[in-house]
Amino acid sequence: MGDAVSATAATAMQLGLQRCGACGLLSRPAAGEDAGHCPRCDEALEFRKRDSLQRTWAFLIAAAVCYLPANVLPVLTTTTAAGADSDTIMQGVVLLWSPTGWPLSLIVLVASIMIPSAKIVALGYLLVTVQRGSIESNAQRIRLYRTVELIGRWSMVDVFVDTFTAALVQLQPLMSVRPAPGLLFFAAVVVLTMLAVESFDPRLIWDAASANEVRYA
Amino acid sequence: MHNQAVLDRSLVACPHCDLLQRLPDLAPGASARCPRCDDELWRRREDSLERTLALALAAAVLYVIANTVPMLGLRAVGHQAATTVAGGAQQLWRDGQQIVAGLVLFTAVVAPALQIGFMLTVVLAARREHVPGWVGTLLRHHPTTITWSMIEVMMVGVLVALIKIADYATVIPGLALFALGALVFLLAAMQASFDPREVWERVEWVTP
Repeated sequence: MGDAVSATAATAMQLGLQRCGACGLLSRPAAGEDAGHCPRCDEALEFRKRDSLQRTWAFLIAAAVCYLPANVLPVLTTTTAAGADSDTIMQGVVLLWSPTGWPLSLIVLVASIMIPSAKIVALGYLLVTVQRGSIESNAQRIRLYRTVELIGRWSMVDVFVDTFTAALVQLQPLMSVRPAPGLLFFAAVVVLTMLAVESFDPRLIWDAASANEVRYA
Repeated sequence: MHNQAVLDRSLVACPHCDLLQRLPDLAPGASARCPRCDDELWRRREDSLERTLALALAAAVLYVIANTVPMLGLRAVGHQAATTVAGGAQQLWRDGQQIVAGLVLFTAVVAPALQIGFMLTVVLAARREHVPGWVGTLLRHHPTTITWSMIEVMMVGVLVALIKIADYATVIPGLALFALGALVFLLAAMQASFDPREVWERVEWVTP
């Protein structure tokens, strides 16, 4: 339903122009410079996000490192008269599974187990293909990036579930729920993958193809 | 050092693939997409400032309710407990999870407040004939507040916690829970009605 847009054959970078990431203004850096500031809103400008691949890799590796303790360590400890019992994220999913509760169990399974792992794999794939200068399936890759950007925040669901369970269930001495060390690692995975998405520059996906189009035009 | 602006304001680059293109003059409600990567470049909103102001005001009122009254209560074997949104973060802090408590407080309380506050200030200031440069500063940081404002995610988390606890205690949904539910939709509507391009076109430049 979008209106027709008349596109040129070139990218802004090929013409020496920079798009402001904050206000969208196109501008040209001073002669001999590849960085400057937006004349309208003062945002720092570069052709591509600075050290995008390295920073994304750093956040992604950090997230992958936290992923293991996040899933192996317990996130909640329930203390009752019978003793203390700790649950990992996966055990929480299993506990929720019942004839009536299974849709919620499914939400937690998707948000806490599937989304974080899919995010790490998807970002790794995008980084590797960009570094190899791939010009294939660009449309699919940008869609993958947008999907990761859109659904990544939903992994926070489990952090909120555990927060409010622990805040409410304080029925000492009968029963109390406390957060356990795994929660910190799990929250770290969510935040680090979100930072990885932020530092990735989606325009890198297209740069190899853009270079070719002009060369053969 | 400031860059030299391109004078033709209809010439834009796609934020997702950098392709240069010319934006057509859009009818209200119509949108323009990048022909190469299909990113939405611009959607011209009808009556953007007025609608966004109304929605942001309503969101501010609901936000205050949502954060001052109890969200969830619990009753079991003679015990009674209730928590607000911030109370959840406070309990985490006491249990030794200060970092996670900070994250919960930031994503559920601070970032939504900034999101609503920035938006309210921007649309109010943009009604003036002369839009001052600090409006641009707020607008520049607004996307970050949206990224970290996670009321809708928290709502789902609260519902899951509520059903988990309902197995062994009586859960009493508080007024804040309903306020938060409505806030999720108001915030989405507020973002959808806002046209940042319209404000950027009128904001005072940092360079003369």
